Amino acid sequence: MADAAEKISTTDARLGGLSLPVGGWSEAARKDALARVQAMSLPERRDEYWKYTRPDTLTQAGAVPAALFDNDEAPIFGDMDRLNIVFVDGVFDRQASDDLSLEGVTIDRLAEAKTDIHWARDLYGVLEAKGQNPVPRPLAALNTAFASDGVVIHVTGKPSKPINLTYHHRSETSDAILHHVIRVDAGAEVTVLESGPAAARFNKCMEVDVADGATFHHVRAQGRDHERRAATHIFARLGTESVFKSFTLTANGVLTRNECVIELTGDDAVAHVAGACVGDGDFHHDDTVFITHDAVNCESRQVFKKVLRNGATGVFQGKILVKKDAQKTDGYQISQSLLLDEDSQFLAKPELEIYADDVACSHGSTSGAIDEDALFYLRSRGVPEGPATDLLTLAFLAEAVEEIENEDLRDEINDRLAAWLERHRS
Amino acid sequence: MLSIKNLHVKLEEEDKQILKGVDLEIEAGKVHAIMGPNGSGKSTLSYVLSGKDGYEVTDGTAMLEGADVLEMEPEERAAAGLFLAFQYPVEIPGVGNMTFLRTAVNAQRKARGEEEMSAADFLKAVRARAKELKIDADMLKRPVNVGFSGGEKKRNEILQMAMLEPRMCILDETDSGLDVDAMKLVSEGVNALRSEGRGFLVITHYQRLLDHIKPDVVHIMADGKIVKSGGPELALEVENNGYGDILAEVA
Repeated sequence: MADAAEKISTTDARLGGLSLPVGGWSEAARKDALARVQAMSLPERRDEYWKYTRPDTLTQAGAVPAALFDNDEAPIFGDMDRLNIVFVDGVFDRQASDDLSLEGVTIDRLAEAKTDIHWARDLYGVLEAKGQNPVPRPLAALNTAFASDGVVIHVTGKPSKPINLTYHHRSETSDAILHHVIRVDAGAEVTVLESGPAAARFNKCMEVDVADGATFHHVRAQGRDHERRAATHIFARLGTESVFKSFTLTANGVLTRNECVIELTGDDAVAHVAGACVGDGDFHHDDTVFITHDAVNCESRQVFKKVLRNGATGVFQGKILVKKDAQKTDGYQISQSLLLDEDSQFLAKPELEIYADDVACSHGSTSGAIDEDALFYLRSRGVPEGPATDLLTLAFLAEAVEEIENEDLRDEINDRLAAWLERHRS
Repeated sequence: MLSIKNLHVKLEEEDKQILKGVDLEIEAGKVHAIMGPNGSGKSTLSYVLSGKDGYEVTDGTAMLEGADVLEMEPEERAAAGLFLAFQYPVEIPGVGNMTFLRTAVNAQRKARGEEEMSAADFLKAVRARAKELKIDADMLKRPVNVGFSGGEKKRNEILQMAMLEPRMCILDETDSGLDVDAMKLVSEGVNALRSEGRGFLVITHYQRLLDHIKPDVVHIMADGKIVKSGGPELALEVENNGYGDILAEVA
């Protein structure tokens, strides 16, 4: 009872500091979400799903202040042709953003989309609510209830350039809750980029509905601010012959929990989720993925690689659930860490739950150090120890980075990784 | 070129002496061969010279053109002009062969204070040398040595040697795992690199490699020492009579 009472008081303390936006098409969904989070209570460390990641700083009433980080790198994705949408500490910045009109897509600010947007109403909080089963994700329900900003993106064609969401962190105490909903119509195709630390504490939820034959590409680079904390969720529903590909780069961050919940509901759909993270010292990074196969002949891939040093912690909880009728499922899951010293740790919980009888699912999880023979080979050819270690580290990360289809984006991610490794040489 | 005096080496992990006083002078432009039975210390000599971990030099010196090799990091030895063709070339998944070669060439140039090679010049040089070694474009693109046959791996070693243009080349059992055709190809690659300014140390178990790479001097190594040195005829003697007679004679 003591535990339950404590959970409720934590939840009350957190919710007490927030106010539910009223009016507009999302009001009913927000009220439902509030009821959900109250019923579930916010997570705490004794919850099985939070065994490896302490949720207290994510659930406490206010954000732990995070020092601003002076990033001297050029902004990532900055040189490419893109439609840029800027948020500062979780608030849409119209002046810094590009004009939101682009052929093949309609973009609205969540806070301003007051008129009834039918498709968005059918999506907002819907995939999140569905994703609460079988594992509760209270921070996502909290997000649906209290999100103060975000974008509503309706993709009807093939926009000529990616939509880039830039998140600036300018206040040491900012506590941002953003919620995006994205609908990709049948046969449409879009690339959504995200970058930046966003806030001292960032709770972000993205619901993506990928209709039949549609394609959704997502590449994200979480900001390099050391002290920032983030809990993010992606909920995706995939129609027949649709494609969903998401990649996340995480460099630094005292706490990051990225959850990705995907449901393959149409036959022949493809879902790839990948992540590459590099962390030093008090870095803690958690990838939690849940992929449900509920249709025939679908393919899913999870590829997560973590480079950890000086006591950094990496977590992976990944599940493939194959329902009874999801025959011919092709599921693959790999999570690997490269531990650059003996103080760092990787905690992995790979899971398969299969009810169909004609499936191919494989999973693997490893932790290892730099291959000494390969290192000596490189050094014997004249490559000094530092660059040789970096080269081998990038080779380790390559399988995840190669999940990015676009070559320019892939190169940009690789450049960032190489620069990080060079800065963090021992 | 390479001057080894009274070199004593033991394994770091256990108290086992492998080299027990090796003396060797290799002049520029010459090819020296070391032959010897298994366990005589031939490969250890190559590892110690290239700077592999796990060995402790207890006595003696090894100088490359007057510089103390044993004091240098492996990459410094490479930049100073030392090259070891590995008996078992290492596979490096995820690193393209071309990237590997270019990184190595430019790292050495940088260490010597020379300008880095441009992408275009590098590509041109690699293609020309790869062609001579019958290394196709696919082998250049693939990860270093991954999925290469034994012969391909050894040809890849020689390609690296050709690109890095070392002054002192050590070939550790380059003939192991090679069929006759591959041995011929590899030997031609090595012979093409023979020049007045370059020294070679060819370590081998069998005489047959020395039919293709003709040595100026042959040394017999046994129990951590050079026990006999002579001309190419010494290799033939080993081929005909084995090591037994020579070892008995010097004992």
